[in-house]
Amino acid sequence: MTTLAPAEATTVARPQRELTYAEAIREALRQEMRRDPRVFLIGEDIGVYGGAFGVTGDLVHEFGKDRVRDTPIAEEVIAGLAVGAAITGMRPVAEIQFSDFVTLATEQIVNQAAKMRFMFGGKIAVPMVVRLPGGSGTGAAAQHSQSLEAWFAHIPGLKVVLPATPSDAKGLLVAAIRDPNPVMVFEHKLLYRTRGVVPEELYTEDLKAIVRRTGRDLTLVAYSVMVIRALEAAEQLAAEGIDVEVVDVRCLRPLDEATIVGSARRTGRVLVVHEAVRSGGFGGEIVARIVESEAFDFLDAPVRRLAGRETPIPYNRTLERSAVPQVEDIVAAARALVRE
Amino acid sequence: MEPSLTPERLRSALQQMMRIRAFEEMAEQLYMRGLVHGTMHLSIGQEASAVGAVLALEPQDYILSTHRGHGHCIAKGADLGRMMAEFMGRETGYCRGRGGSMHIADVDGGNLGANGIVAGGLPIAVGVGLSMQLQSLPRVCLTFFGDGAANEGAFHEALNVAAIWRLPVVFFCENNNYAMSMAVRDAFPTELISQRAAAYNLPGVTVDGNDLHAVYAAAAEAVARARSGHGPTLIEARTYRWRGHSKSDRNLYRTQQEIAEWKERDPITRLRARLIADGVLGAAEADAMLAAVHEEIAAAVAFAEASPEPDPAALEDEVYA
Repeated sequence: MTTLAPAEATTVARPQRELTYAEAIREALRQEMRRDPRVFLIGEDIGVYGGAFGVTGDLVHEFGKDRVRDTPIAEEVIAGLAVGAAITGMRPVAEIQFSDFVTLATEQIVNQAAKMRFMFGGKIAVPMVVRLPGGSGTGAAAQHSQSLEAWFAHIPGLKVVLPATPSDAKGLLVAAIRDPNPVMVFEHKLLYRTRGVVPEELYTEDLKAIVRRTGRDLTLVAYSVMVIRALEAAEQLAAEGIDVEVVDVRCLRPLDEATIVGSARRTGRVLVVHEAVRSGGFGGEIVARIVESEAFDFLDAPVRRLAGRETPIPYNRTLERSAVPQVEDIVAAARALVRE
Repeated sequence: MEPSLTPERLRSALQQMMRIRAFEEMAEQLYMRGLVHGTMHLSIGQEASAVGAVLALEPQDYILSTHRGHGHCIAKGADLGRMMAEFMGRETGYCRGRGGSMHIADVDGGNLGANGIVAGGLPIAVGVGLSMQLQSLPRVCLTFFGDGAANEGAFHEALNVAAIWRLPVVFFCENNNYAMSMAVRDAFPTELISQRAAAYNLPGVTVDGNDLHAVYAAAAEAVARARSGHGPTLIEARTYRWRGHSKSDRNLYRTQQEIAEWKERDPITRLRARLIADGVLGAAEADAMLAAVHEEIAAAVAFAEASPEPDPAALEDEVYA
C-alpha cells in the first residue's frame, strides 16, 4: 500500500474504521474527484438513483450532474464517451451497470481504447476506468451474472483488476483512476456488502498479487469473491491440519507471475479457483505460467483448477449455487490435492 | 454562408485537394509496384468533402477520421512525408509504422485518428465533445463517417447523446453511394441520410459533396452552431469514390457508365474552373500549383523510402503508457 497524502494520514492508536466494499469504492471516487477536477463519472442511473447497486450513492449531491452524469441506456456510447474524454484531458470513470452489458460496449473498449496508443505509435494515452459489477449468487440469472474477465485479460492494451476486499476496492480503484491506460475493474456483486478495515486517507494499491495467508502444504490461487471463499476454506482445512497459502491475484493483466510462481515453489501444490467457466477461463493461463516456470521442478502434484461449470448461470438458487465453486468445493478439492 | 472564403483560402483549398489526389495516386502506384504491405482505401473523387469540412474548422479543433482517411488527414494539415512514411510502414511515420493507412493519426494536429471500425469514431467524437464542454474549451469535434456507418447502432447512440447534451460535435457523413458493395438506395428506407437528424431534433442538411463551396458553407454553419453551444448538426455530403472499396474490389456492383458520369463531376476540375472564372486564380498559376504538389509528393516518397523500418525489439513498447 502506498500512502499518497501523508498530511491526511490516520494517526496511531485510532480505532480502525470499517467500510463496506461498496462504501470503499464510493470513498475512492469521492476523494479522487475532490483531488482531481478531471475525474468524472458516467453511467446509467448513477446520479439521483445512486447506482443500481448503490455504489455512487450520494455523489451527485456533492459533485453535481455534470460530473456524476446519468446517460441513456447506450453502453457503446458510454464507453466511447470515456475514450473521447480520456484522450482529450479528462479522467473518466464509466460504470457498466451489470458487467454482462459490456457485451454492448466491447467495440469501443477492445478496438478503440485498448489499441489507440499502440496504433498511433505511442502518441496518445487513454486514462479511463470501466467499473463492472459482475458475478453470480444474486438470482439474477444468465444475462446478469457472468464473469467475463478473461475476455478482457486477452487484450493487450487493457488492464484487468478484480478487488476482493474493501480496502483493495478503494486502493485498486484509485490506482486505476491514476493509471494512464484503460483499466477494467470487475467488482463482485456479492462483495458489495462485505465489511473490512479501510484507511481513511487516499492511497493506491499496486496492481500486483498478494499473499493473503501463508501456508506450507498447498497454494490456493484466486481472485475476487473466490479469495474470500478460499480464505474460509483455508480455515476449515487448518482444522484438519492442512496448512494452506492463499494468493489473491488482484490483477490479471498485467499478471504478477512472480508472486504466484513463488508461492507454487514454496508449497509444491496449487489449486486455482475462479467463478468463470473453466474452458477459456483465466485459470488456464495461471496454470500455464506455473508449469512453464522454475516452479515446475518443485511441484508435488499436478496443478489443478476449480472453476465454474460449463453452463450459463441458472436462476434457481440451488442450481445457481452448484454452478460455481463454493467453500465446500474448495475444501474438497484442496484436500484431494494434498493427498495426491 | 461564405463568411471568410478569401481568395487565399480558396487557392489553399484547391491545393489541398490536389495534394490529396496526388498522394492517393502515388499510394496506388506504390501499391501496384509491390512496395506497400496491406491494403488501402482511396478517396479519389471525394476531395471536396474532406477539404471543405476541415476548412470550416480552427486549427485547435478536432477531427475523427475513417478507414478512407488520407484526405481528412491531409486536409487537417498533416505532413506528407510522415504520412507517406506511415503508409510505407516506416519508423518516421505518424504512428511509427504501427498503424498504417487505416490508423493514421496526427494527434498534435488535432486528427484523433482514422478508424478501421465502421462508425467507431462517432462515440469517441461524442466523448471529445463532452470533454470540451466539461473543460469549457471552445473547441469543436468534427467526425467523418460514411453512409455505411449511418446504419450502425453507434450512429444512433452517438447522435442521441450529442443532441440531449448539446455537445460541440459535427457529424459529417460522406455519402459515396456504396458501403463496400451495398448501395445506399438498398440500405436506407429514406431518400436522404440527413433526414435521420429529425429523429434527434437536430439540423440535418444534404449538400453536393463535390462542391467545395457548398460543403464549406454547410460545415461553417454547423461549426458555428456547435461552438456557440447550440449542439450538433448532421451533414450529408453526396459524393462518389472513383476507385473500388479496397484493392480486392472488382466493381461488380456498379457500372462503368456510372463511374464515368461521376468523373464528369470531378470536384477538383470544378473548383479549378470556378476559381479561374471568378478571377481567384490564373490557369498558369493552377498548373504551377499542381506541379509543385507533385514535387511535394515525390519528396514525401523519397523521405519515406529513406526512413528506417521499425525495430521488432521495440514492438511491445507502446502497448501501455
